[in-house]
Amino acid sequence: MTPRRIMSADEFADGYDLVVVGAGPAGMEAARTAASHGLDVLVADENRAPGGQIYRGITTARAADLARLGRDYAAGAEIAEAFARSSATYAAGATVWSIAPSEPETSTGTGLDIGISLAGAATFVNARHVIVASGAIERPFPVPGWTLPGVMTAGAAQIALKTAGLVPGEPTIIAGTGPLLYLLAAQLLRAGATITAVLDTTPRGNWRAALPHALDFLRSAYARKGVGLMAKVARGTRVFRGVTDLAIQGSGRVEAVTMRRGNEETRIAADLVLLHQGVAPNLNLLLAMGCAYAWDEGRAAFQPTIDEWFGSSLADVSIVGDAAGIVGAEASALQGAIAGHAVACRLGKLASDARDREVAPLRQRLAGAERGRAFIDRLFRPADRFRRPRGETLVCRCEEVTAARVREACALGVIGPNQLKAFLRCGMGPCQGRFCGLTVSELIAEERGLPVCDVGYFRPRIPVKPIALAELAALEQSDSAVAAVVGFVETPSTIHETEETL
Amino acid sequence: MFRRLPDRSGEAIAFTFDGRSVTARPGDTVAVALLAAGIATCRRTPVSGTPRGPFCMMGVCFECLVTIDGRSNRQACMTEVTSGMRVETQDGPAPSVTGDAP
Repeated sequence: MTPRRIMSADEFADGYDLVVVGAGPAGMEAARTAASHGLDVLVADENRAPGGQIYRGITTARAADLARLGRDYAAGAEIAEAFARSSATYAAGATVWSIAPSEPETSTGTGLDIGISLAGAATFVNARHVIVASGAIERPFPVPGWTLPGVMTAGAAQIALKTAGLVPGEPTIIAGTGPLLYLLAAQLLRAGATITAVLDTTPRGNWRAALPHALDFLRSAYARKGVGLMAKVARGTRVFRGVTDLAIQGSGRVEAVTMRRGNEETRIAADLVLLHQGVAPNLNLLLAMGCAYAWDEGRAAFQPTIDEWFGSSLADVSIVGDAAGIVGAEASALQGAIAGHAVACRLGKLASDARDREVAPLRQRLAGAERGRAFIDRLFRPADRFRRPRGETLVCRCEEVTAARVREACALGVIGPNQLKAFLRCGMGPCQGRFCGLTVSELIAEERGLPVCDVGYFRPRIPVKPIALAELAALEQSDSAVAAVVGFVETPSTIHETEETL
Repeated sequence: MFRRLPDRSGEAIAFTFDGRSVTARPGDTVAVALLAAGIATCRRTPVSGTPRGPFCMMGVCFECLVTIDGRSNRQACMTEVTSGMRVETQDGPAPSVTGDAP
């Protein structure tokens, strides 16, 4: 049995027991588990095939792809196959742009109304419960020149490799910090690419904060894999550690990278620069809904507040996988399964003692999968100077706002990210703050001398992804919504009255 | 800037970018096909007119906005290439009239 696949907006049912947003490991496992208990489940995902970013292209991967991408990637095939065998309905290429409590006038149920666009048309579906598995996005890496064509994220190059077998030509430079930096370098080398250099910006002092967690790390699978990856990369290219400053130059496109290590400055010619300094939860949809969140100083990121069943601060909304705090693919899948059981219990399809029996072994495996993560978080925490830029470095790529202007605005009395929008339009472009939000919060905190938690994040608004006005206009409107805009609602009697008045 | 591994070649799909003929492979997004053809720039910004190109490849950054078959503001990294597709550089703000044309 394959999941029923939805190809156009008019194929959606009016309502589902559960809508899962995202078809990465967490979303697929949440949907499969919940469906196994008899829940009517819809999975909506932006990509054209399941897998999320980590298992991108897994359903069409060939033997050569699996060989170069490694065993951890290949593990995704099993999850995708189990999802395909489930009874969940799957909408590929679907964008969820709104989730809000049901409007009694237009909705067929209670719970939540979900705005979805698919193949150029928008619709609302109702759900008793929503699990958001929106994954992670690359952390901003605001260095001079990071907007030049030819500068991409490391994740972008990995997507090009996974989906289309593209590898960088020469000269290519990979720069930044974090496990993905070395994973990508190793995958590209295995695929036969030549990498000119890896510029490692991991702050040397991070070892001190990471050390207390070293024992757990050494007992984890991360240690074995990490050492192997770093050795492979060291053999295959030049690795420059302790990079303290980075700037990308070029006229109209990338031409070179200048790096500083202590007092030594080096310029290296480059045609392609791949940047990465970790990933952060993809929060826009969750924050637009009003889910509570907090600042995690150790990870230098915001993450949503969740309980032991991955429930958010909103009763009908759960959050699993990297969207709830970066944990990686294996832990994400386990969280998805746990939340799937929990929602089945919440919706009356599973007794609580049965749920607890199902979940106990999953929690044990989750603890194993999360082991070593604290060490990684601390070791690869990006340096302040790469998170809090100065001068003419662009912070907001869309509206082209520099660090200097953000800092000046603080001096003029801007108290938080939302007010900054009114001053500079920072965060108001099409990416809706996804590539400047963390930077903006940290810059305001630094300028005002406050902890980042007191400054907070942008309050994103729906639609959380741009959609065509024509799609919105074609939606069915409630009487109260029409009255709010037009001033009255056309009913047979009001039309009659209007004619008489005329 | 990118090359395609020989084991991933397939039937050629022809489309145009600013009138120039480009070849894609089945399943390619517009962004992938442009990168494979050595094209790094696909738009100029509305604010300063500086060139930009695909950056995140996952639908988040909106740097790869292009005009496809007359419709502007399309995400090249989220749109699959089809044969005969007409892709154009998006130069500054999208024109409002053609922006809504089907």
